[in-house]
Amino acid sequence: MKKRKIKSKKSDVVGRGQSWLYSKIVKDHFFHPRNVLADEANYQFDAKGTSGNPICGDVMTLWLKIDKKNQKIKECKWRTYGCASAIAATSMLSVMLTEKGGTSVKKALSIKPAQIIRRLGGLPAIKFHCTVLGLSALKTAINDYYKKQSSK
Amino acid sequence: MPKVYLDYAATTYIDPRILQKMRPYLTTGFGNASSLYSLGRQAKTAIEKARIDVAKILGALPEEIIFTGSGTESVNLAISGIAKKYKNQGNHIIISKIEHKAVLESAKKLKKEGFTITYLSVDSKGIVNLKELKKALNKKTILVSIMYANNETGTIQPIKEISQIVKKFRKHNLLPAFHTDACQAAGALNLKINNLGADLLTLNGSKIYGPKGTGCLYINKNYKIEPLIVGGTQEMGLRAGTENTALIVGFAEALRLAEKLRKESQRLKNLRNYFIKKILKNVPYSRLNGHAQKRLPNNVNLSFKGIEGEALVLKLDQRGIAASTGSACTSSELTPSHVLLALGLPEDLAHGSLRMTLGRKTTKKDLNYVLKILPKTVAELRRISAL
Repeated sequence: MKKRKIKSKKSDVVGRGQSWLYSKIVKDHFFHPRNVLADEANYQFDAKGTSGNPICGDVMTLWLKIDKKNQKIKECKWRTYGCASAIAATSMLSVMLTEKGGTSVKKALSIKPAQIIRRLGGLPAIKFHCTVLGLSALKTAINDYYKKQSSK
Repeated sequence: MPKVYLDYAATTYIDPRILQKMRPYLTTGFGNASSLYSLGRQAKTAIEKARIDVAKILGALPEEIIFTGSGTESVNLAISGIAKKYKNQGNHIIISKIEHKAVLESAKKLKKEGFTITYLSVDSKGIVNLKELKKALNKKTILVSIMYANNETGTIQPIKEISQIVKKFRKHNLLPAFHTDACQAAGALNLKINNLGADLLTLNGSKIYGPKGTGCLYINKNYKIEPLIVGGTQEMGLRAGTENTALIVGFAEALRLAEKLRKESQRLKNLRNYFIKKILKNVPYSRLNGHAQKRLPNNVNLSFKGIEGEALVLKLDQRGIAASTGSACTSSELTPSHVLLALGLPEDLAHGSLRMTLGRKTTKKDLNYVLKILPKTVAELRRISAL
């Protein structure tokens, strides 16, 4: 049943035929992205990670603020070059990482693409990779965090 | 309908004058053109009149016109029809890298059947390399297919020169035949066969304010082709199936009107030039794709650095503007527009392309609205872009 939910196609961003419809949640996060980093120059962060390639049409960067005491992600800011679903997927990931007092770094590493897709109310199959890319940027950021911690 | 429709190269609405001509054949004049009684003869007469009208516009003979179900079908019929008919005389076909998918896929299919395909490159403005064409022609070449005007960038190919090169090479022989896909050209460019020198020419109805599901193929009477659809003897045995009288009548009327309204091209050209100039001025890091002069009067194709086309199209859509993009995210493949890549555009600029095509209902007011919305939409996406 859950699998069916992931492939849910009910939505209305634009009608391009069955496999091309975005969910209402994707639409909302695309038009109203959460946690976008506005001013990079003046932003203090603990970790940063980038993933993707302009040749493929997707590049994502995440900036994290991590609470040293409990190793929880306090803030997740991002920027994405990419299509609507790439933007929405990064936005949703930033929400998932910071909600309910923040996700622990360890738990963050175990987030699966399917969880983001489910939270987005589904994505067309050919857009699944958008979520993989966001998670890859997250991993790079967390690696960056560990590196910085160990060098301190 | 969106507030501002700028995707006329994708398709147009049906002109009410055309619909008017079609209507009787959808209702009372429903006869089968193959029937002997008057209802059938009435349909037959309408179809043959449409054929004569189209032939006149092209400067061709009525028996050289085949009505089909789309531009794509015409292209398939032309390419596979010639290839299969003349396969004993050669197995080499020349096309360009920027052809429509209908041509590319037809060629690909033939390749699997043992044909050899040469893909001509284009320069940075999208004009086919004629030197390569001259070099590629050989004794085994049976077909050259190059589009009249490109659907994405609007770049107009030197069809006359191309046909002269082909004719010079083949001397008094029949082969290679030269086919041109003129789907984007109707209404904007000269369609006279004599002038173009094409042996086969494809047109369709849904880009010229006619009904979808219509097209035609001109085939010079000296050539024979293998049909795609067999059955009855309709369309001189080249396309079996009961003719759709209303669609055929609609197609012919659309072409007739498009030719009659050729002066509309000048209006569109003026609007286009105004539009391009303003966008390039008002949107930083924007560039025009294709040729600045040798382009269709209604075509605007731009790239915006740092943003992706699908996101831009969806944001514009929300603001009442309908346009299209050559980004990979609009297709099931992961590579962006083959046309823009052939022009030598880097992938990211091809992903960030926006095509806006103007039409009969486009006004300066519409364009001014876009000029107000577009710079801020691009800026919004750049603000969240990781590049």
